[in-house]
Amino acid sequence: MKPLLEVTGLSKHYPVRTKLWKFRNLVAADDVSLTVQAGETLAIVGESGSGKSTVGKCILRLEAPTSGHVVLDGQPISELSEVEVRSLRAQMQMVYQDPLESLNPRHKVGKLVAEPLLLHGIVSRKEVRKRVSELFHLVGLGSEHIDRYAHTLSGGQQQRVGIARALATSPKLLVLDEPTSALDVSVEAQILNLLQDLQRRMKLAFLLISHDLAVVSMLADRVAVMYLGQIVETGPTRDILASGYHPYSRALVSATPVDHPHQRKVRIALDGEPTSPIDPPQHCRLEPRCPFALPVCREQVADLKQAEERRFTRCIRFNREHVNGSWDPDASVQPGIAKPRAG
Amino acid sequence: MAEIAVHMTRRLAGLSKWCRRNPITALGFGIIVGLGILGLLAPLIAPYDPYALNPREKMQAPSLNHLFGTGIFGEDIFSRVLYGIRIDFGIGLGAVAIGLFTGSTVGVIAGYYGGRIDEVCMRLMDIVAAFPGFILAMAIAGVLGPSIPNLIIAIAVVNVPVYARLSRSRFLVIRSSLYALAARGVGASDVRILAWHLLPNSLAPIFVQSTLQCGWAILDAAGLSFIGLGVRLPTPEWGVMIGLGAPRIITGQWWISFFPGLAIAITVMGFNLIGDGLQDLLDPRRK
Repeated sequence: MKPLLEVTGLSKHYPVRTKLWKFRNLVAADDVSLTVQAGETLAIVGESGSGKSTVGKCILRLEAPTSGHVVLDGQPISELSEVEVRSLRAQMQMVYQDPLESLNPRHKVGKLVAEPLLLHGIVSRKEVRKRVSELFHLVGLGSEHIDRYAHTLSGGQQQRVGIARALATSPKLLVLDEPTSALDVSVEAQILNLLQDLQRRMKLAFLLISHDLAVVSMLADRVAVMYLGQIVETGPTRDILASGYHPYSRALVSATPVDHPHQRKVRIALDGEPTSPIDPPQHCRLEPRCPFALPVCREQVADLKQAEERRFTRCIRFNREHVNGSWDPDASVQPGIAKPRAG
Repeated sequence: MAEIAVHMTRRLAGLSKWCRRNPITALGFGIIVGLGILGLLAPLIAPYDPYALNPREKMQAPSLNHLFGTGIFGEDIFSRVLYGIRIDFGIGLGAVAIGLFTGSTVGVIAGYYGGRIDEVCMRLMDIVAAFPGFILAMAIAGVLGPSIPNLIIAIAVVNVPVYARLSRSRFLVIRSSLYALAARGVGASDVRILAWHLLPNSLAPIFVQSTLQCGWAILDAAGLSFIGLGVRLPTPEWGVMIGLGAPRIITGQWWISFFPGLAIAITVMGFNLIGDGLQDLLDPRRK
């Protein structure tokens, strides 16, 4: 089946002035390729600064990618002009991390939801209020909220408005950029349920950008793990969360708190701070921090290779040792690191 | 338009409630609106023709006949102060309007396009702003010659950099706001983002600044007229009137300068009180 969204070789570089006359490249996204099927949820996970939001914005052409191709439902998004993309925006929408900041404080939220309806000529001016009211009900808001300003709504209600606005044009793809990270935990669950429900009803494809693995495990069918602008591993959510092949995936998963203080868990600790994304090395980017790194990791370029069906990994050691079955990251971790988390 | 009308009535309804909570700002509004009405109704209220000279009653102290006394030619100060509202408000508002329009156009262009255009615009503004305001206004008024339109232009030019910088800095901030990005995300064009999303969010600080500048413009107008570079006699302008009475203060005829001076002080205070209050009023998040 042809995927709804197909991204190949997407890169985004920002020129950074390091000295007065010297510019270097900040590599926010490097050769990112991914696909999303209709109705599917792909999660991009990674720490802050790994470039996951940049990928989302480049796919929606909210930022111009440096190179690479984005094809949405047969339309070459990355090749079209700004004006041509504008009419295609009805098919791809975004839900933003900070709902309050993403809603114009000077306009009533009803107007903001009506805006895409009118811009894309979906309903006439006369019917717009009725449709807005339907959309409000769809996301669990009442008609009484239509004439409110964003700052008078609660965080959860603001995000519901953001979702209503994104759904107004009946898009096929919704990019969710940390949709719940600005919300209270109690509200978070409601929003996630709403998103799940909407996805089922409207056959939406989600590209979920998140660092919260609990959110990811709830919504995502597949996961792509990003580190310093590169996808280091992709695979089904359950597999990645249970046993990541790439050391970074394992470190990410092992960094989430366990449910119970007595529960034991192998911690994979990465040394130091993330490497600078300015002119990153050609070899494996995790190598300076990786507890499994060997000299070979500095010498070869790490490519994303298929490990098994639907699973790809960008780790030289894994790709070499997995084949003959000698790869057991748990065994090679120092016993001292494997200790229960402090309660 | 109907939309705007509904919007305005709602704003006004909120305003009366808000006035009760902010008596100081309400006082500012009261002063300016009151003075404005007095100025408009000057022909009905003024007991004398502001241009009429009456040598037999010159330099009389305030009395029931002449509330604010009479000047060195026997003119009625009260009538002239009333008519002065029209002249001084006209100059102040005119100068601010021209300065606001020119300045914010320059600022929006500089802030929106950035790069070299920004540099050129803002360095030009720096040149204008490098001179002390009043001195520059003096120079311009001196070159153009004393008349009301020239006075307005002189004060407007001095005001331009203020608005240019303010609108540029505001635009730079909100141009990269998340709601501007979100607007592009739903398919809004640049023009729409500029006009519907960004402009309403950049106006509030500019409005506040213009009310404050109104007071200063009137002060400048009076100052320029006082030193003879602005409005000429016999126009009933407050600065001219103060200038006329200034030599008489030491001989005891204080009222000739005092009442126009008081009018200026009250007006400037009124505008400043409004300016401070508008800041809260125009911020939708602080309502």
